Amino acid sequence: MNKKIAVQVDDLTVAYNYKPVLWDIDLEIPEGVLMAIVGPNGAGKSTLIKSILGILKPIAGSVSVYGKPYKKQRHLVAYVPQKGSVDWDFPTTALDVVMMGTYGSLGWIKRPGQKEKKLALEALEKVGMLAFKNRQISQLSGGQQQRIFLARALVQNAAIYFMDEPFQGVDATTEIAIINILKELRKAGKTVIVVHHDLQTVPEYFDWVTFLNVKKIATGPVKDIFNDDNLTKTYGINYKVSIQE
Amino acid sequence: MNIQDYFSLVLNDYTLRTITLGTAILGAVTGMLGSFAVLRKQSLLGDAISHAALPGIAIAFLLTGVKDSYVLLLGALISGLIGTFWIRSIITKTHLKSDTALGLILSVFFGFGMLLLTFIQKQPNANQAGLDKYLFGQAATLVESDVILLSCVTGICLLVMLLFWKEFKILLFDEDFTKTIGFNTKTIDILITSFIVLAIVLGLQTVGVVLMSAMLLAPAAAARQWTNSLSTMVILAAVFGAFSGVFGTAISASQNNLATGPVIVIVASIFVLISFIFSPYRGLLFRQIRFIKNRRDLKLHKTLAFMYHIAENHENISHPHTVKILNNFHGYTRGTLQKLVDKNYVSLDGQMWSLTEEGFKTAANLYSQQSKKDE
Repeated sequence: MNKKIAVQVDDLTVAYNYKPVLWDIDLEIPEGVLMAIVGPNGAGKSTLIKSILGILKPIAGSVSVYGKPYKKQRHLVAYVPQKGSVDWDFPTTALDVVMMGTYGSLGWIKRPGQKEKKLALEALEKVGMLAFKNRQISQLSGGQQQRIFLARALVQNAAIYFMDEPFQGVDATTEIAIINILKELRKAGKTVIVVHHDLQTVPEYFDWVTFLNVKKIATGPVKDIFNDDNLTKTYGINYKVSIQE
Repeated sequence: MNIQDYFSLVLNDYTLRTITLGTAILGAVTGMLGSFAVLRKQSLLGDAISHAALPGIAIAFLLTGVKDSYVLLLGALISGLIGTFWIRSIITKTHLKSDTALGLILSVFFGFGMLLLTFIQKQPNANQAGLDKYLFGQAATLVESDVILLSCVTGICLLVMLLFWKEFKILLFDEDFTKTIGFNTKTIDILITSFIVLAIVLGLQTVGVVLMSAMLLAPAAAARQWTNSLSTMVILAAVFGAFSGVFGTAISASQNNLATGPVIVIVASIFVLISFIFSPYRGLLFRQIRFIKNRRDLKLHKTLAFMYHIAENHENISHPHTVKILNNFHGYTRGTLQKLVDKNYVSLDGQMWSLTEEGFKTAANLYSQQSKKDE
């Protein structure tokens, strides 16, 4: 395999108050993979994404996107935050939230116009939410809110998509709808990185996986490294050892 | 003087007109900016800023010895900004939560300000009287130049808001996302906060340190009840704020010069109260009415569904059945049967009922509608 590297993370270390949350992470994500980041609670999965995207400030390390520093490549990257990270009672409509995906390319001051609206409507259609475009966002169900967030990222028309637990609190129908869109993105040559909780579905949904628990445990193709050994290293408390002691 | 006298006087009397204009503009600009504070969940920031402004007023007087309102407000502005800056650093640099930081700065600055005020009162300077009017404000001291200053700030604030509307909105909704698409959230944040500080400082003369935050919050909280659009909310908050200013001044002028600031705040709170109860979607009253209506509909639908299950066993859907059958059904009453008859879902013939064509169709759709809603 001789793929281009979409995202490269070097020596990334993040700490809140002395306690390291991520320790010396080196990570290469090849172009065109659909990758899951798995690990127990508190392993730093969300933190990893957030520090790659510059939302959190790491104490050390660097991130490059297609060989250049991330800051110069923001337009290539889209982000789907955790659904619970915003206040859904905010006075705005579904269409308006999706339009926010165009704000980055518009830059300061310039207002979104017809072209941006058309892009947003297309994205709403793709996630099956066109009928809800004028709906106040607080009146959407959890799954619908997640689709709106996905549509906002689609509007960004990026090369790399970071998603923080997009399957959290959504029903089976929405989960299938979302994973189908993610697979379509991969087919179109995009790179998709997903913080994921359900280990059962990893082999079915993803082709690449990173095991994370403060340190990087392993990263690579699902078929090669998604095995008991790595799962134990990431999640398992080694009971045998503690009994012997 | 009664309220009618007041409104005829406003047009003629120069002083009254100036004061009314001043309070109206102040209400509008604080209402507008208050919407942002409320949506950012920084409602208490306004309270902290206004209290933090007090030592600035006292120090400005101690340094210059003059009671010129611009000098004092400049002092208020500087100490308000310092207070805001400290609140931010406490939140980002320590593990204290924002309410703790706000409360801490509020009380420390206010305490220090009060201390300075009593110190000033002990001074043998005849000029010192009246500094304490900044505690509760005194609208009567508003003069034309104050109104002009207020209008200018409001104008600039409007302009900035129109220019950066998109940036303000996205920061309010989703700060993390805003960072990832390349906006400097700090710049937007500083822009919003500076305007909030400026509006508060300008209101100190009229409403005072203690009540100023109500001017920020009350119109915004009221406006939020009536709309689901950010722009409408901001406009409504400005309108509510302006009306509070006008009515507050009117009431205070017509009732033996009651203190204007507190009256304005009370009028604004009445707006809030009315909005909480009577707004169509979020208001308590309509929510209760909807709740009762839903419960009634549900009873009706349940009865209809029960009838449907009986009727569907027959070739002819309008086959008559005895009313007694319905007594087996828990939720049945005479009243619900009558309502179903009124709606033309059921026809009643003595002690026999039968489903109409329409009733049968409606009942058949009850379930499929339910499953559609769940999607």
